[in-house]
Amino acid sequence: MLTFLAYIVLTIFVLGFLSRIFVYARSPAPLKIATTPAPTTVSGVAWRLFTEVVFFNSLFKSDKLAWAGGLAFHGAMAVVLIRHLRYFCDPLPAFVAPLQIFGIVAGIVMAGALAFLLLRRLVFERVKYISSKADYLFLVLLLAIAGSGLLMDFALRPSIVDIKSHMLSMWRSVTGLPPIGSAGDVMFLLHLLLVGLLLVVFPFSKLMHAGGIFFSPTRNQVDNPREKKHVTPWAKS
Amino acid sequence: MADYHVPVVGDDIKTPDLKTGTMAHLHPYPATAKHMDPMGFPGERVENWQQKGIEKLGELLKKYRSLQVYLDICVKCGACTDKCHYYLGTQDPNNMPVMRAELMRSVYRRYFTPAGKLVPGLVNAADFDEETLGKWFTYFHQCSQCRRCSVFCPFGIDTAEITMAAREIMNAIGVGHKYSVEIIGKVHQIGNNLGIPKPALKGTLEFLEEEILDSTGYDVRIPLDQEGADVLLVAPSADFFSEPHIQSLMGYAKVFHQAGISFTISSYASEAANFGMFIGSYDQQKKIAKRVVEQARDLKVKRLVVGECGHAWRVAYAFWNTLNGPFDFLDPRYPAPQHICEFTHDLLNRGALTLDKEANDSFRVTFHDSCNVARATRMGPKAGGQFEIPRDLIRASCNHYVDMDEDTIREKTFCCGGGGGLLTDELMDLRIRGVQPRVTALKRVMESDKVNFMALICAICKAQFTKVLPMYGIPMEMVGGVHQLVSNAIQLGVKKGVV
Ligand code: HEM
Repeated sequence: MLTFLAYIVLTIFVLGFLSRIFVYARSPAPLKIATTPAPTTVSGVAWRLFTEVVFFNSLFKSDKLAWAGGLAFHGAMAVVLIRHLRYFCDPLPAFVAPLQIFGIVAGIVMAGALAFLLLRRLVFERVKYISSKADYLFLVLLLAIAGSGLLMDFALRPSIVDIKSHMLSMWRSVTGLPPIGSAGDVMFLLHLLLVGLLLVVFPFSKLMHAGGIFFSPTRNQVDNPREKKHVTPWAKS
Repeated sequence: MADYHVPVVGDDIKTPDLKTGTMAHLHPYPATAKHMDPMGFPGERVENWQQKGIEKLGELLKKYRSLQVYLDICVKCGACTDKCHYYLGTQDPNNMPVMRAELMRSVYRRYFTPAGKLVPGLVNAADFDEETLGKWFTYFHQCSQCRRCSVFCPFGIDTAEITMAAREIMNAIGVGHKYSVEIIGKVHQIGNNLGIPKPALKGTLEFLEEEILDSTGYDVRIPLDQEGADVLLVAPSADFFSEPHIQSLMGYAKVFHQAGISFTISSYASEAANFGMFIGSYDQQKKIAKRVVEQARDLKVKRLVVGECGHAWRVAYAFWNTLNGPFDFLDPRYPAPQHICEFTHDLLNRGALTLDKEANDSFRVTFHDSCNVARATRMGPKAGGQFEIPRDLIRASCNHYVDMDEDTIREKTFCCGGGGGLLTDELMDLRIRGVQPRVTALKRVMESDKVNFMALICAICKAQFTKVLPMYGIPMEMVGGVHQLVSNAIQLGVKKGVV
């Protein structure tokens, strides 16, 4: 059952995400609207996007606290995700193995940063004003995911090997459940279900910023409207 | 004069506390059938406006990637909440960029996303109803499309794109803003925003020629509709009739005269401004800009030069080529179109002009970067030339120049408060409050560096500042074009022609 659910969730996530990306890619950008000063070459634009995605360059200019919290959360999440490869890859890529300790530190940083981002929403008047229930829920959900993960690391160890072998062997069964022998096993189930929830809502929510940023015309356009005539099909006539 | 609320100006630009609804009272004048009909917009609100509005939103989502992506991906991080001059000056939370966009985003969610259909309360989705439309009309006419928020947004979300879409949707259901729609009508009918007919234009230009002759002794021409001239000069029509705009126009003429390059103004395309952008209409932008290209062909000019006007330069620089290009019939050695500052700067570099800085010794000058020039265009070959080239010209024309606070210039510049189709009397309350951040930075250099002249290159900024600065106790003479300084400094007859 769990395996079955996992495949459904993954299908929704992958198809949902790709279909949003497809919508972004397909919708035309009829006019050149880069926020200037903007790069005048394609490689310049690639660098601009890189600095936005990896360093949150614009956010650094506008809000140092959001920047610090956001970068800590996303950076830590990236490390945690890489460390998770060990649960999915066999054999494990060589570069993941030494990351074990970083992974755990990153887990703590991620939870801390999320707590900070949540606090920020509750404390700062303007950020509080603009927050919807959903904005809080995303942070709570991510915090619950990180929290349940850390609990498994530090307190309630599930029998991962057992569960994994069960899931692998049971992928055809719609009803079978993995063995639940300890509080750790329950924690693992919870962790998995929360991640499933996150993946299901992902394509239909603001989390699409992860793919959308690459399609933002103010950031991804080359500043060369005089040098090169820019046209899109619907605006051609 | 009505009793306007003029905000207090402190030493620093401070982010004020929220105060809900301070600007909810502001009602832009609606356009009537007389203005809307010629545009092809419904003359009054259509019967099934909710359905039509939602359909229009759906249509725009398919036409504009910016709209589609920006309605989806805002994470509500709040980085933009203290960046809009209208929020800083009014404290109205709906003037925080994220909340302005939310006015449309909530409707988008309701009709175009699963979450908004299933759990509207959770994600703040809203019906497109009377109340929502009312807020749209009010607050999408409190955005000057200056794009300051887009500089600071981690995803580059550009509220101007959303405001433009909102205005386009409202026009499509017959809810237009009189000011912009009426002005566009005048361009189509007469050729310019001010509605100046050819005889009046001819008269003014002759008057200005005499004025220059009287003050300098040189016979500087400002030709109209002259076929075969080298350059077609497209200036904002305010340059023909308003102070201090006229001073810049005389400056352009002197530059052409001194360089020995023939130019002409066109009565048919006597307008650089393009309010089609303000109402988000691709078709109107294209139609308005087409007049210029047609004239360039008909008058057989070799170059296109655009006068001092912010959004006009955005449309010219970033859109003309797309809308009506290519300009392969012009001289390929020069950028098409070229900004008057690029033009003058190039001549200066080539030694064609002699400027006497002392002519401006009574001025201590600062420069206001106009939003559209700063954040949506470029001058010269290098990114950021739009900041350096005008400053170079100013420094070459005067001895005392100082910049305002770093956070209020270049791409971080603050709007004058009157851009984006808001330069109309019924919005005066907004315009006065919206200029407060700019005034704060200006007052600082007035006190610390005895600045007494703010140079700029935008017709709307000039009109807005001369009107609202006096309400803050700053004389209107404080404001003028970059080419007004050039005009004062240029030495006529010293050396003529391009070297
Ligand atoms: C290309 C990848 C990504 C980029 C460039 C990116 C960038 C950003 C930025 C700049 C912010 C605003 C700063 C902040 O409030 O923290 C943000 C917020 C956020 N991101 Fe991402 N992100 C990416 C991927 C993801 C992913 C995969 C998740 C998913 C789970 C995620 C979840 C969030 C959440 C929940 C927030 C809101 C934080 C808050 O409420 O304060 N991001 N992201």
